[in-house]
Amino acid sequence: MIIDKVKKINEQETKRVKNEKASDMMIGKWVKCDKCKEIIYKDDLHQNLSVCPNCGKHFRLSARRRIKQIADEGTFKEIGGDILTQDPLKFNGYMKKVETLKEKTKIEEAVKCGICEIEGEKAILAVMDGNFLMGSMGSAVGERITLSIETAINKKLPLIIFCVSGGARMQEGIVSLMQMAKTSSALARLDEAGLLYISVFTDPTTGGVTASFASLGDIILAEPNALIGFAGPRVIEQTIKQKLPEGFQSSEFLLEHGFIDKIVERKYMKSVLAELIRLHKSK
Amino acid sequence: MSITKTKLSAWDKVQLARQLERPKALDYINEIFDEFIELHGDRNFADDKAIVGGIAKLDKMVFTVIGEQKGKKAKENMERNFGMPNPEGYRKALRLMKQAEKFKRPIITFIDTPGAYPGMGAEERGQGEAIARNILEMSRIKVPIICIVIGEGSSGGALAIAVGDKIVMLENAIYSILSPEGFASILYKDSSKAKEAAEDMKATAKDLKDLGIIDDIIKEPEGGAQNDFEMVTKSMKKYIVKNIKKLQELSVDELLQNRYEKFRNM
Repeated sequence: MIIDKVKKINEQETKRVKNEKASDMMIGKWVKCDKCKEIIYKDDLHQNLSVCPNCGKHFRLSARRRIKQIADEGTFKEIGGDILTQDPLKFNGYMKKVETLKEKTKIEEAVKCGICEIEGEKAILAVMDGNFLMGSMGSAVGERITLSIETAINKKLPLIIFCVSGGARMQEGIVSLMQMAKTSSALARLDEAGLLYISVFTDPTTGGVTASFASLGDIILAEPNALIGFAGPRVIEQTIKQKLPEGFQSSEFLLEHGFIDKIVERKYMKSVLAELIRLHKSK
Repeated sequence: MSITKTKLSAWDKVQLARQLERPKALDYINEIFDEFIELHGDRNFADDKAIVGGIAKLDKMVFTVIGEQKGKKAKENMERNFGMPNPEGYRKALRLMKQAEKFKRPIITFIDTPGAYPGMGAEERGQGEAIARNILEMSRIKVPIICIVIGEGSSGGALAIAVGDKIVMLENAIYSILSPEGFASILYKDSSKAKEAAEDMKATAKDLKDLGIIDDIIKEPEGGAQNDFEMVTKSMKKYIVKNIKKLQELSVDELLQNRYEKFRNM
């Protein structure tokens, strides 16, 4: 079988693989698409914007790769990079976990924000990263996002947030919950200032992020077939004691129910964003 | 319940906050306010009985009051969906808050929910959007808002009516990101560790006051609010009147700036 062959080639790397993201089976330099089961050479996948060349499944993206896809080369300047994880509850083992994760992922928190150009159009861009505690929102994420919103207001720039999140970060308890209020209050001010906010749902976005800034865009986009919801599917199934139908809480489902404006494939995302920004430029 | 006041653990408070006989939103509304006219529906889909709201009078002032409503008996709890609102509940609350803004009435909200309802219909009708919208709009509603956690304040389902100028808790109420059971199942992979979780989450009124999340605590008698409801409602009434008067002295700009900074600093 092909899998066995692949395993042999990359024997040393397979151990590392166990810690990789759950949804996509990574085997060394190869990836198995969990939708069409095709084995793809990783470099090919990345060259194709991390979209399966066979079935079009959009793989999850790190913030770094996403920014590379959206911002014009060399234009991204980070905002709030010095805002780091806080431990308001003094939660046992939390900071240690964060330190280990930082080392492993080489990222400092679950969102990266900055000012950049998109096809020459200036914008504030915040990109969440699911590799860092499932993109959960604690005080650092809330603060970075809020700072980005306030920078957009001060500089009169459009704001784009790419969302991916398991929700509020449990380890920071109530403080995480309050980030929903903080970010949404800042968005109210952006709204008053007459500035454009485009929110983009990517797979998966749930919980406190869905119930705050992700759902508040003037325009809400989504990548195809992303899981988007408030409650996670498992929680709903436990509540209603039945299986959810196929495609429940997918981007397409949300479009159908009127909660997003448009589903945009990754290859068109940059140009759609740039076009929307241009259409909102004041004369 | 044989819980003595001196030795209440966080878990004891969770039990008190959830007691069936504990006074619910409508009990407070009916006791504290002189007249209450309940208003129904979100003008879009339905009337969610897990959230009640309307107009009420207190001390010659007219208020808009909104509360998450649990039941005290099995049948009533079914009707009220155990205090777990659907999107239309939050949208009803928002409609009433906008109405309050139009008629310059201060708003009092009573928080008491295990969380927003995680059902299929709730998702289809945009539970996340409904909560997000309420949070955003409450941050800029141009009248004073006092939010009182009377029982269980759990997750975004609580926050959706808890953005205001004063956040207050009853002494034995809890306010948290999730139920202790949910928290335990996520972080300890074991929902039976809820007791431990209740401590670690820092969800009691005192914890939250220390953390700077809430402004004030309203005292309860030993064994919970129902044991001397008059005492609790009296101090709540006093608190509302005193603080609304103070808030009304502020200009709209000051009011909104203070509210912004309150959450900005969390």
